[in-house]
Amino acid sequence: MKYIEEYRNRDLILKLSDHIKKSVIRDYSFMEVCGGHTSAIHRFGIPSLLPPEINLISGPGCPVCVTATDFIDKAIEYSRMKNVTIVTFGDLLRVPGSESSLEKEKIRGADIRIVFSGLEALKIAMSEQEKKVVFLGIGFETTAPGTAVTVRTAKEEGLKNFLLLSAHKVMPPVMETIASEEIKIDGFLCPGHVAAITGSGIFNFLPLKYRLGCVISGFEPTDILQSILILVRQINARSPATEIQYSRVVTTNGNLTAQDQMNKVFEHCDANWRGFGTIPGSGLRLKSEYEDFDVEKRIPVEPKLFHDNLSCICGDILRGLRKPENCSMFRKKCTPENPVGACMVSDEGACNTYFKYHAE
Amino acid sequence: MSELVTINHGSGGKKAHELILNLFANRFGMGLPLTDSAVLNMDGSALAFTTDSYVVDPIFFPGGNIGKLAVCGTINDLSVSGAVPKYISASFIIEEGFPVEELERIAGSMAEEAELAGVRIVTGDTKVVGRGKCDKLFITTSGVGFLKPEFELISSGIMIAPGDSLIVSGPMGNHAIAVLGARNNLSFSSPVVSDCASLNHMIQSVLAECRKVHFMRDLTRGGLSAVLYELAHLSEKGITIDEAAVPVDDPVKGLCEVLGFDPFNLANEGKLLFVVGKDEQGKILDILQSHPLGRKSAFVGVISEVSKSEVILNTITGGKRILDIPSGVQLPRIC
Repeated sequence: MKYIEEYRNRDLILKLSDHIKKSVIRDYSFMEVCGGHTSAIHRFGIPSLLPPEINLISGPGCPVCVTATDFIDKAIEYSRMKNVTIVTFGDLLRVPGSESSLEKEKIRGADIRIVFSGLEALKIAMSEQEKKVVFLGIGFETTAPGTAVTVRTAKEEGLKNFLLLSAHKVMPPVMETIASEEIKIDGFLCPGHVAAITGSGIFNFLPLKYRLGCVISGFEPTDILQSILILVRQINARSPATEIQYSRVVTTNGNLTAQDQMNKVFEHCDANWRGFGTIPGSGLRLKSEYEDFDVEKRIPVEPKLFHDNLSCICGDILRGLRKPENCSMFRKKCTPENPVGACMVSDEGACNTYFKYHAE
Repeated sequence: MSELVTINHGSGGKKAHELILNLFANRFGMGLPLTDSAVLNMDGSALAFTTDSYVVDPIFFPGGNIGKLAVCGTINDLSVSGAVPKYISASFIIEEGFPVEELERIAGSMAEEAELAGVRIVTGDTKVVGRGKCDKLFITTSGVGFLKPEFELISSGIMIAPGDSLIVSGPMGNHAIAVLGARNNLSFSSPVVSDCASLNHMIQSVLAECRKVHFMRDLTRGGLSAVLYELAHLSEKGITIDEAAVPVDDPVKGLCEVLGFDPFNLANEGKLLFVVGKDEQGKILDILQSHPLGRKSAFVGVISEVSKSEVILNTITGGKRILDIPSGVQLPRIC
């Protein structure tokens, strides 16, 4: 068992594809919430295995994509300060702010470093105590526990120069926003790695309150096809429910240790999402006992101007209202080399995925 | 603010192409297409001529070091144009404070690799710059090789025809993953060893036996994806690739899943793509598979009848999609 090939078995895939084709009795629209799903769907050519009745829509589950312009502007403000080192995951570097990007600031000399985990940021803070090290924390319930452990470690070590700029977010409120909007979807492919942390229960409101199908899916081709098949069957039987397809990773209760770490350090707050504006209770900020590590409290900044590129439709794409090819800049002015919008930057962004794999 | 060079300009993707073509090649009046080696005709005989700089980080990695890489890379660039590599120059930019012992090891492996390949290092240059003005050691190698008249057209790609078979000489991505694994800031160690090797003997053994080698290219920066994209545009033909047929070693596959890389986009330093006449496919595979550097060679696709510069990937799932040139951020300083 290698946990890769087995889930990419061509015979199994074609069988699932066949089952789906035989099961459709109407048109269906399903939203894959997670950017990892969007990427996998197009990388493996899943749409060519589906009947035309099934329409897949990308959702708001790419952390880089939903990070709002004002967060980037704030990070840029900090990067321009003396003795400040910005530590970030690589993707954020190229997200356009109002008038610059972290990549441009780096080329001009700002001290901006790329890491693969928050704990690396901590190492930098320990070895360069004369610097203020600002870690850009982004991501959903999947990455927030890691940031929580990082902040707790900083506190235990008595580090005074480690600071967090948090854009951490949680998934259910934005999914509720989509469910209650006019967009017509029949069900969600729910994010498997978020559910691995939180447990499947956080999605129960979708079938109960909104009568939407809800399958927590893995990221391999057989996972995705099986999840789509389950969704079709739920809709056909008019019995939406929360079902776990990704059962090798996801349980009902989730990872209690990770949840505990997250709850010790973070509390919910309102958060600004690209394309959605402010969604109540959808963000994570440091609790008061950790506010010494909150860069916005320690060094408040107010970016001078703040504007989004008005011709960019990333917002509508994240809400599932439009697709990348509906954007007049897609593949022309906006490319992975010169991204105008955040969805073109990240490997998991809908525009980047549609660009790379020539999806339609 | 005027435009500044970004790390992406060196990535082998679209931005690098724009820089090479628009900023350099046009000003230098270089003829198209731009290939790994220039073919120079003088007094009835032909020479292949190439140059390359090496800035790999770290300079020592499993399976090689910057010196071996610099020798192999130039040998391979000459070899895929059909030439027999003969003479190499080597220039060194060394950071003040660099240990002489490491320089000795690097020079030693360059000498060893050149001898194995039957190539002579005949001229060179050294410069030392102050601490912090370059990162340890950069090497530039140039090389010339003799090109027989019957192979002169290989690098131009004009012999590529519909129905031709595509062969890769082994698994993809080992070099890039080995170098990444050797970097200190990555918290994984991997068993993957770079495939860094001189391919001239293997290529010559194919050319000695076969008359239908229509094109060759080493699969370095940008990996198989970049080469297939260039091939489609060079030949103005469609290409169909069978994803499942392209060899990738299990550890590379696993690490790519974890790190979010596509092995098709990763650099190799000892692999090449052949485009060959269909009736010679079996014979060429036999020759390659009996050579130590080509044991895992595989037939991976065909030049299609479609007259559209497009690479279609038949995915492992049985689906289809377009395979594009890698775009966006690639891995810097992999060679």
